[in-house]
Amino acid sequence: MIRVQTENFDIGDEIERLRAGATDIGAIVSFTGTVRDTAKGEAISLMTLEHYPGMTEKELERIEAEANERWPLQASLIVHRYGPMTPGENIVLVVTASPHRQAAFEAAQFLMDFLKTDAPFWKKETGPDGGDWVDARESDDDALKRWSTPEKAAE
Amino acid sequence: MSVKLLYFAWVREKTGLGEEMVDLPGDVKTVSDLIDWLRSRGPEYMAAFEQSNIIRTALDQTHVPHDAAIANAQEIAFFPPVTGG
Repeated sequence: MIRVQTENFDIGDEIERLRAGATDIGAIVSFTGTVRDTAKGEAISLMTLEHYPGMTEKELERIEAEANERWPLQASLIVHRYGPMTPGENIVLVVTASPHRQAAFEAAQFLMDFLKTDAPFWKKETGPDGGDWVDARESDDDALKRWSTPEKAAE
Repeated sequence: MSVKLLYFAWVREKTGLGEEMVDLPGDVKTVSDLIDWLRSRGPEYMAAFEQSNIIRTALDQTHVPHDAAIANAQEIAFFPPVTGG
């Protein structure tokens, strides 16, 4: 399941809803990305996320489908916010559930790695000197390489 | 051929437009051709596409490289490398 929204989310509620009624899940991994109060040594007062409505949902669904092909997941969730947010607020949530921990850990990392390079979101940080678009990081592209060889899905 | 162009993040700010409908000249076949043509349309486009190699493109909401054929795309988007997550 994927969701793109402006409003904040409650991590506990999201996990509870995802696992509701399921007794066959053995492992749940969650990742939360949050707004930092500094960037390159400068104070940040506001982070604004822009996205490409339509393509964002398609990309997140594609990435989630690929994770479900690679790992035996019983449930997965991606929630990504857009619009203005302040330091400390949640930006993104990824949750994966599987019978055993390895698949849940790996799939959560896979989802975040691909979300970082493929989902059409752009961050603008506002500090005392105005707003700056965040530059993409080469390390995010590098992070994808680990998934480029055929991965044996954790059993 | 009439297509919808969309611009995001600093590409949007530099062109001064979120989206526009344009009629493409017949000799614009690929994304690269389109970027070259856009650059000729005025200083704001020249500024937005100055470093065209770092601009990313999506045809009908799918990522494509610059040598991709535009073919019958309805919607073409230009944006900086993504920075979500």
